[in-house]
Amino acid sequence: MTTFIGICLQVALLALLPPLLLGIINKTKAGFAGRRGPPILQVYYDLLRLMKKNVVISSTTTWVFLAAPLVSVVSVVLAGLMVPLGPTAAPIHFTGDLIMFAYLLALGRFFTTMAALDTGSSFEGMGAAREFTFACFSEPALFLALLVLVKLSGALSLSAMLLPASHVRIGSTASAALVLIAVSLFVVLLAETSRIPVDDPNTHLELTMIHEVMVLDNSGPLLGAQIYASSLKLLILAAFLLHIVLPLNPALVGRDWGLMLVGLLVVAGIIGSVESLMARLQLRFVPTLLVAACLFSGFGFLLIL
Amino acid sequence: MNWLALVFVGVIAFALSGPVGMLGRRRENGWQWVSAGVAVGGGLCGLVAAFAVLLGTLTESLSLPAAAPAMTLDLRVGPLSAFFLIPIFAIGSLSTIYGLGYWRQSRHPRTGRKLRLWYGLLIAGMAMLTLCQNSIDFLIAWEMMALSTFFLIITEDQKPAARQAGWVYLVATHLGTLLLVALFAILRVVSGSFLLRPVPPGQVGMGLQTALFLLAIVGFGLKAGIVPLHFWLPEAHANAPSHVSATLSGVALKMGIFGMLRVLTLLTARPPAWGFFLLTLGAVSAFLGVLWAIGQHDVKKLLAYHSVENIGIILMGLGLALLGEAEHQPVWIVLGMAGCLLHVWNHGLFKSLLFLSAGSVIHGAGTRDIDRLGGLAKSMKITAALFMLGSLAICGLPPLNGFISELFIYLGLFHTMARLPILSLAAAVLAMVGALAAACFTKAYGVVFLGTARSNFRRAHESSPTLWIPMCILGAACVLIGVAPSLVLAPLMHATATWSGQTLPALGGLVPARTLSMLGVGLVIGIGVGLVWQRNGLRQARIGITWACGYIAPSKHMQYTASSLAQMLLTALRPLLHQRRHEPQISGVLVGPSQFHTVVSDPVLKDAVEPIWRRLRFTLARGQGFQKGSIQNYIFYMLLILLALLAFTLPLAMLWRLLF
Repeated sequence: MTTFIGICLQVALLALLPPLLLGIINKTKAGFAGRRGPPILQVYYDLLRLMKKNVVISSTTTWVFLAAPLVSVVSVVLAGLMVPLGPTAAPIHFTGDLIMFAYLLALGRFFTTMAALDTGSSFEGMGAAREFTFACFSEPALFLALLVLVKLSGALSLSAMLLPASHVRIGSTASAALVLIAVSLFVVLLAETSRIPVDDPNTHLELTMIHEVMVLDNSGPLLGAQIYASSLKLLILAAFLLHIVLPLNPALVGRDWGLMLVGLLVVAGIIGSVESLMARLQLRFVPTLLVAACLFSGFGFLLIL
Repeated sequence: MNWLALVFVGVIAFALSGPVGMLGRRRENGWQWVSAGVAVGGGLCGLVAAFAVLLGTLTESLSLPAAAPAMTLDLRVGPLSAFFLIPIFAIGSLSTIYGLGYWRQSRHPRTGRKLRLWYGLLIAGMAMLTLCQNSIDFLIAWEMMALSTFFLIITEDQKPAARQAGWVYLVATHLGTLLLVALFAILRVVSGSFLLRPVPPGQVGMGLQTALFLLAIVGFGLKAGIVPLHFWLPEAHANAPSHVSATLSGVALKMGIFGMLRVLTLLTARPPAWGFFLLTLGAVSAFLGVLWAIGQHDVKKLLAYHSVENIGIILMGLGLALLGEAEHQPVWIVLGMAGCLLHVWNHGLFKSLLFLSAGSVIHGAGTRDIDRLGGLAKSMKITAALFMLGSLAICGLPPLNGFISELFIYLGLFHTMARLPILSLAAAVLAMVGALAAACFTKAYGVVFLGTARSNFRRAHESSPTLWIPMCILGAACVLIGVAPSLVLAPLMHATATWSGQTLPALGGLVPARTLSMLGVGLVIGIGVGLVWQRNGLRQARIGITWACGYIAPSKHMQYTASSLAQMLLTALRPLLHQRRHEPQISGVLVGPSQFHTVVSDPVLKDAVEPIWRRLRFTLARGQGFQKGSIQNYIFYMLLILLALLAFTLPLAMLWRLLF
């Protein structure tokens, strides 16, 4: 029964929560800047508005451009069904789902970059080049972190790896390794969801953007799908990170769900704070940042050898 | 039913397909169809037999007397050889059909007939290679394959690039054969027979076995294209006709892997160092192969470097399996070997698909230079869709076949965590290789097929069905293995068990084949339904121009090119590359037209092989006096060498007594 409720809750959260995280980030940033900022539910309004709008399609594009938002949403939703959002196992879990998870995110990215090139625009080409360059460095960081979790749990499924990660005793070597991979995963999260210091989602200068510039030619529901997919990615990666950081207790399912929910909102707040307090890095230093994330994960791996 | 005989029918049919095609006139297509019919018929026979042997776990052998004294032709077909026969016959037949449209006799009157002759011999040689049980026969089949490859590479021998590629290949392959001769000679001395039998464990020490292992890795590695022995590969595969490149890349490289597997079954020692060595070598090959691919501007050369990458991935699986044998970990053996073997099939499928699609692009647009192409997805819809499918598969993205074999290797590497966790670091390398491959194929597909044309090449057109039907079959096989991996579990298990000779845990218990199928089908249906629903919604979509900050006349020159897409990644990884930049010189007030381009050259070829080769030629030029060019001289040299050998082997005293 708890599993059934857990699955329902997870699906509901996946469907409804993501835009709220963006709302919180924007609200936090507004707070830091001394503005009142848009309402916390603004992204929901934006999505609803976009869904009703008509689309403009560039005459240069092909089916790849139309398929990309769809592939992004479908692959990120499937990936999201493999990460436990709460204290119960995720709806889909099997041996090796961690690899499927990473590759589904890669599938979404592949189509998004492809669609950017489909428009024949130099700005979008620029965004695509940056996106796949950074992915080449964030992917090993993610896998090194996964290796640490596999070693600690002895399991080959995200649900079985992440749930015990929260009961590692504080002060043990394993907890030190978890701290290191948590730092690494936070950097990966910032890079994958295009936040400062890697990318600035708010800028209006195409030359400096990454994700936003790739979806420059998307409009209406196509743009809505891309925004939803990227916010969903943020939710999944944040939940992933929280499992490593939060001390969950399998006996107290209700408390743990609450803790995870609050945790997700806090992560959004932290991202908003990072965005307000830091400047965007020069693009040529971003690979260095991601290599640092790899090193953090790598040292975590060395600790538990 | 005698399956071995049926396989042999396939071999003979391919060998005869060339001569049959020679009956026709130079400018007539009719006999080309007959020749293809013979080849494809033989290929189907061979496929049926190979599947029967593989699925039924049969072994059939045959010993025929040969013309040479004291020699026999010993053939045997078993699950492992059948596993390699399947891609040989399947891709051989499909490429032959493709050749009907791509290399039409009437359009290539000079080269068409000789190409088919060597192509048939290549396939026949490779198929024979998997059957031979005798080292002399093995070497003969090996040379048949190696030499016909040379003639195929120089099909267009009027082009200097093709001749150059052919010579480099010839040197490389002879070097490999030399090492293989040494390998088999030692095996002959050790085992007392030319038959390929396991060496007796007690008599042969670890040192000698390791020497044999290294000879096999270098000798077969030269054929497989492992870094740093790959230097001949990119140019050779780029300059051969596309359907030949597809066969060379998709199948012929795997004969190197087959050779390694075959020799490993003969060696009885299994020190962990061997497996570790192969795993490292594989990881390095995979990483450097994909890295060099990213900087390429020639679509076929780019694909050729990806072969180096994929051979690396195959080798990682093999290394893991060897380590499993050394450490007595059956799970590592199963996952490593199954990953290695499935990737042999998969790479054969998607790489042939990509090369054939590239051939279709060359046929339609007339150039191999990525930076001149663009926007082909509109004029070549089928080719574009199939190239996309191949790209997704080669990047290992779900739900296609590349993902399944990489998943096996990943799982195997994760399983090492409990015992030798350092090995699992290879999983992180594989992840980076995957991301780099995705970057490279985004670049390749994006620049060739998307956007608008970057130069005024002649109007591109879709190829004829003889070209795209074989491509569709390959694409369908990629999808089938991707969404129904349970189909390949049994063949993989049979081949793995034959190779290892132990009882192993079932593959089905280690990989979630059914869940993978369900997810794959779910993904396809999800995207499919979405597309249909979206199409209804997009009826009233407005068509506009691409947003260029208010600029109303975007031009083709504003697009990103292959160089600019790769620039950031190449700059970040500069220490590992050998990139030359040709930057524009800007001077004066009125700046004239200027150009910028980058060349990523192969460091092994440019910095190691070529300097050594130049020095060698300089040194050897002193001996040129002996090269008279008349046959009498060479017969005289042979006589001298024979006498020298005689003097060397027979003690001089014995010779003295014999004479006087």
